[in-house]
Amino acid sequence: MAAVSGLVRRPLRQVTVRDAINQGMDEELERDEKVFLLGEEVAQYDGAYKVSRGLWKKYGDKRIIDTPISEMGFAGIAVGAAMAGLRPICEFMTFNFSMQAIDQVINSAAKTYYMSGGLQSVPIVFRGPNGASAGVAAQHSQCFAAWYGHCPGLKVVSPWNSEDAKGLIKSAIRDNNPVVVLENELMYGVPFEFPPEAQSKDFLVPIGKAKIERQGTHITVVSHSRPVGHCLEAAAVLSKEGVECEVINMRTIRPMDMETIEASVMKTNHLVTVEGGWPQFGVGAEICARIMEGPAFNFLDAPAVRVTGADVPMPYAKILEDNSIPQVKDIIFAIKKTLNI
Amino acid sequence: MRKMLAAVSRVLSGASQKPSHGLALLSSLVSNSRLKQSSHFGLPKCWDYSHSLKQASRVLVASRNFANDATFEIKKCDLHRLEEGPPVTTVLTREDGLKYYRMMQTVRRMELKADQLYKQKIIRGFCHLCDGQEACCVGLEAGINPTDHLITAYRAHGFTFTRGLSVREILAELTGRKGGCAKGKGGSMHMYAKNFYGGNGIVGAQVPLGAGIALACKYNGKDEVCLTLYGDGAANQGQIFEAYNMAALWKLPCIFICENNRYGMGTSVERAAASTDYYKRGDFIPGLRVDGMDILCVREATRFAAAYCRSGKGPILMELQTYRYHGHSMSDPGVSYRTREEIQEVRSKSDPIMLLKDRMVNSNLASVEELKEIDVEVRKEIEDAAQFATADPEPPLEELGYHIYSSDPPFEVRGANQWIKFKSVS
Repeated sequence: MAAVSGLVRRPLRQVTVRDAINQGMDEELERDEKVFLLGEEVAQYDGAYKVSRGLWKKYGDKRIIDTPISEMGFAGIAVGAAMAGLRPICEFMTFNFSMQAIDQVINSAAKTYYMSGGLQSVPIVFRGPNGASAGVAAQHSQCFAAWYGHCPGLKVVSPWNSEDAKGLIKSAIRDNNPVVVLENELMYGVPFEFPPEAQSKDFLVPIGKAKIERQGTHITVVSHSRPVGHCLEAAAVLSKEGVECEVINMRTIRPMDMETIEASVMKTNHLVTVEGGWPQFGVGAEICARIMEGPAFNFLDAPAVRVTGADVPMPYAKILEDNSIPQVKDIIFAIKKTLNI
Repeated sequence: MRKMLAAVSRVLSGASQKPSHGLALLSSLVSNSRLKQSSHFGLPKCWDYSHSLKQASRVLVASRNFANDATFEIKKCDLHRLEEGPPVTTVLTREDGLKYYRMMQTVRRMELKADQLYKQKIIRGFCHLCDGQEACCVGLEAGINPTDHLITAYRAHGFTFTRGLSVREILAELTGRKGGCAKGKGGSMHMYAKNFYGGNGIVGAQVPLGAGIALACKYNGKDEVCLTLYGDGAANQGQIFEAYNMAALWKLPCIFICENNRYGMGTSVERAAASTDYYKRGDFIPGLRVDGMDILCVREATRFAAAYCRSGKGPILMELQTYRYHGHSMSDPGVSYRTREEIQEVRSKSDPIMLLKDRMVNSNLASVEELKEIDVEVRKEIEDAAQFATADPEPPLEELGYHIYSSDPPFEVRGANQWIKFKSVS
C-alpha cells in the first residue's frame, strides 16, 4: 500500500494545438538564430489566429517580421533568404492565399535542389491554416494537400493534434528542405493531452511516418488533419457494435508512409480513406492507386473506399457547408458499406 | 618564380629601358605573381592572372612601353531621386583593362560557341544568349566583391562565368553532360555558383528572391549587397513592385538592376511599358540610368550603387541600357521585330568589346597585337571547353532520382511505372 501511494502520477498537461505550434516555433527560434518568422500580422498583432502570440515581444523586429499584403513578394523573399542560408518560417494567413505565391513555393523552392544538381538547398517552412473553416465560404476553404503533395522536392505535413503540431513544426524547421505545414484553423483551439516527452525542447515528430492512433482488426481507416478526430469518433461508435477500426493518422502527406498503411490493410483486409479535400486527384485517390500497386491489394476483401469533401466549391449556408465536408455519419456509412454490414 | 627571376634579370640588363619604367614593370610582375598565388585560395577561375603574367613578360622581351593606366571620360548617368551620381571620369589600369577585355571576349566567344552547338543540336531546349551585353556582366562584377551576391533570370551564361564558373562547366551543362555545373540536371537556365543564385526560368520570380538574399545580408550584418537583375520585359511583373516596396520599407541592401535590351522577347519596350524610364519605376527607390555598352560606365555605376547600399540607405535601382545581338532565344531569329540595320548599327558603333579595345589601344594601355593574342587564347579555351562539353558522357541514368531532398538518407523514387524505381541520394 505504501509503495503504491508513493508512486508519483504526474498529471498530463492539456495543450491546445495553437499553443503547441507556438511552443515549437519559440523553441526553434531560441535554438537557432538563423530561424525567423515572416508573414502578415505575425508580429504586432500576435498572429491572425494568435498562433505567434508573444513571439514578437520576445524576439523583436529582426526575427518576427510583419509583411505587407504581398504573398508572391514575401514568399519569394523568404525563399531567397533560405537560399542565402537563413531558415525562414513563411506564414500564409491561410493556404488559399498561397496560390498567389505558389510559383515561389514550387518553382523557386521545391525544384531548386534538384535543378542545381545538389548545390543549392532551400531550408524553408511554409505554414498556415489549410482547408475548411466555419462559414468562410468558397475562396477561403480549399484544401491544398493534394496540390502540394503532388510535387517532388517538397515535403508536406498535416498535423492533427497538439503532439503532431509541435513535433512536426520543429522537424519542419530543422529540415533542410522546403516543408509545407498544413495546419487547421478549427483545431487551433482544441486541447489535447501532452505526453511528457512532448514537453522536451528536442521533441520531434519524424516527417514521413504515420501514426496508428487506434489499433483495430476489422478495417483500416486512414486520414489526416481534423478528420482524424472524426475517424476516432466513428471508431468509438462502431466499437459498440463490435467493429474495431484501426485508425491511422498520416501526419505526413509527402513523403507518404505507405508501409504503415499497407501493413495495416494486410491485417484488416479493408480500407477507407478520409480527407477534407475534393475527391478528384486527392490524397485518398493516391492511397488507393498505391494500394493496388503494392502487396496489400491481394489482401483486400472489398474495394478501397474514399470519404472526401463534396465536389463543390464550399458553400456558405450552414446546412450546405456541413454536408460539404465528411461528417462522422459519412465515415460510419462508408465503413459499414466496405464491411458489407 | 623562375619566370619572374628571368624577367627581373632581363629588366636589369635591358639598357634601353628607363629605370623608372623597369621598376614599374617589375612591381607589376611581383603583384601579378602574388595575385596568381591568391587564386589558389579559391578566387574564381576567371580571375587567374597567370595570363597577364605571361603578357607582361612577353612585353618585356618585346621592349614596348605601355602606360600603366589612363583616365577616361564616361557618360553621365541620368538620376532619379539622387543629388549626385557616379563620377564622369574613371581610371582604368592596364591590368584591369586586359582582364576585362579577356573576360568580355570569353563571354562573347562562349555564347557564339553555344549558338553553334545549338544549331548542331548538341544543345537542346532553351538557350538565351547575351552576346552584345558583355559589358553588363563583366562591368557589374568589376564593381562588387566576390563575397557579394548576384541573381539573374535566364540569360545567365555570362553571369555564370563572371561569378566564377569555367567555360567548360557552363558548356557541359548546356550540352547536358555530367561534367556540367549542375551535373546536367539544370541546363541553360539553372546554373548556380558560390554567391550566384542562378539562372531562373520564371520571369520576374528572381527579383523577390534577390530581395530575400539582401535580407539575409542585412540579417547577417556582413556589409554584403545583392545584385538582383531582371529585363525590360520582367520590369512589368507585379512581384517586382512588391519586392521594391519591402526592400525600401526594410532598407534591404538590394541593387535592383534592369538590363534593358529594348525587347522583351518580340515586344519592344514602347509596346510593353506605359513608362520606359525603367530607372524611375522604383518610384521611392533612387535610380540611375547607365550606358550598358560601356564597361567603365557600368563599373563606376555599380561601385556607386554598392557604396550606397552598404551605407545602409536601402535599395537602389540601376537601368543598364544594352543590346542583344541574338534573338530572344535560339528559336527566335530576332529580325521580325527589329531591323537588321538596327542590329548592325549597334554592332558597328556600340559594341562593348570594340569600345574597350579602342580605348586601350588609343591610350597606349595595350597593343592591337597583344589583344589579338588574347583573342587567340580565348578561342582556344572555348574550343577546348566545347570539345569537353561534346565528349563528356551524359549523367548516369542511375542518378535520375538524385538530389530531390537535401541532407536526407537515400530513398526510392518512382519511375515511369511502378516497377521502375530510382534511388534518390542527397
